[in-house]
Amino acid sequence: MSGVEKIAVRVRVNGEPREALVEPRTLLVEFLRDDLNLTGTHIGCDTTYCGACTVLLNGRTVKSCTLFAPMADGGEITTVEGLSSNGALHPVQQAFAECHGLQCGFCTPGLLLSTVHLLNKNARPTDKQIRKAIAGNTCRCTGYQNILKAIRMAAGEMGKR
Amino acid sequence: MYAHPFSYHRAKSLAEASKLLRQLGEESRVLAGGQSLIPLMKMRLARPSALVDINFVPGLSDIQSHNGELRFGALAHHTDIEMSEAAAAIPILQDCAAGIADVQVRNQGTIGGSLAEADPSGDWGATLLTLETSLRCAGSQGERSVKLEDFITDAYTTVLAHDELVREIIVKKPPKNSGGAYLAFKRSAPVYATASAAVQLTLDGKDACKDVRIVLGCVGLTAIRAKQAEAELRGKKIDEKAIQRAAEAAREAAEPQSDMRGAADYKRALVAALVKRALGMAVRRARGESVEAGHEYVGR
Repeated sequence: MSGVEKIAVRVRVNGEPREALVEPRTLLVEFLRDDLNLTGTHIGCDTTYCGACTVLLNGRTVKSCTLFAPMADGGEITTVEGLSSNGALHPVQQAFAECHGLQCGFCTPGLLLSTVHLLNKNARPTDKQIRKAIAGNTCRCTGYQNILKAIRMAAGEMGKR
Repeated sequence: MYAHPFSYHRAKSLAEASKLLRQLGEESRVLAGGQSLIPLMKMRLARPSALVDINFVPGLSDIQSHNGELRFGALAHHTDIEMSEAAAAIPILQDCAAGIADVQVRNQGTIGGSLAEADPSGDWGATLLTLETSLRCAGSQGERSVKLEDFITDAYTTVLAHDELVREIIVKKPPKNSGGAYLAFKRSAPVYATASAAVQLTLDGKDACKDVRIVLGCVGLTAIRAKQAEAELRGKKIDEKAIQRAAEAAREAAEPQSDMRGAADYKRALVAALVKRALGMAVRRARGESVEAGHEYVGR
């Protein structure tokens, strides 16, 4: 080990207060997965490209592989584990399931959170706005068409509520 | 991937950050949004012994507009700028802010960090060199203002002393009948651009060029002011021939390197095409038209 002093990181994750003592170089995604055991957030490219590690930090999407955990101290985090409530899928998850907006599912946690972020800001996005909103999320299976369908459906469903 | 170990220090003010940098020595670095520094550290291209985190310094991300100036706090995120009414008044700022990398990076990356990083492929340097831009910097010797053209001196190099930090970026609003455009061409959203062009001009009447600045990005060690290209237009009628001459001069001004993003000749051709297109958009905007511009990539 490095001998560098560990520091306490305290956050709220999916509404729950959580904390751990970590090396400063611990990435936010490693903190979530390894220290808090929330493995729904994936590590894809690990180079700020693919967006599989996308989470909401204080209401905004970030790539959790590109933050050191201490930078999130005091913050409010939403991961894919926080989307469903009482066993019911979030409308965005439901739409991805119904439209087959995934194949292997590796990129899905990140795409779900990018979609939630988009629809929180813009309830009726155009196709162009959807494409721009998910430009930081790479999917190597679907070819994106069913993801676009899912996001359109989610926007419609959430608009009805 | 793990960065090389470092000690972490959280500053509560810029004065404290400056003091920490001085105490921690030459191997310490400032941590702002981290969207360039953290990838560099993970790839071990940067190995600072200590980081001074300024993200918890209050009041550093404000965007204000008064007395003909826009003031961006160093930690204003690209997203904040994209959404700001202040920047909406100057379309070139909107072009730049709305297209940097992707949503997630724009939510975390900062304008001050981008300028202090001085990456030759950075978007803000090229964009802001077309406007009257200065940086308010704070260090142990007190505060000073530095014009942007004097701030970035070489690739990844600025005039900042080791214990000096950017506090604020101040942009003078352009005069009436002005318009600008920033175009960056990239392979996909999250990557750096292959080449970019920033144009800001002021019209005299309907089609005469009163003043113009043309800056090229990603095709040199710093953003390049294409002064000969500007001279082809300043004080003249902006017609197809003049735009063509300016684009040719821009091609000559570029100093690209062949790399994985493209061959040097390709980048020269690309930058000339971007200048041509940006000039057309800038003229239309100067006439009051609403024109969509910005970063472009396949599939957008």
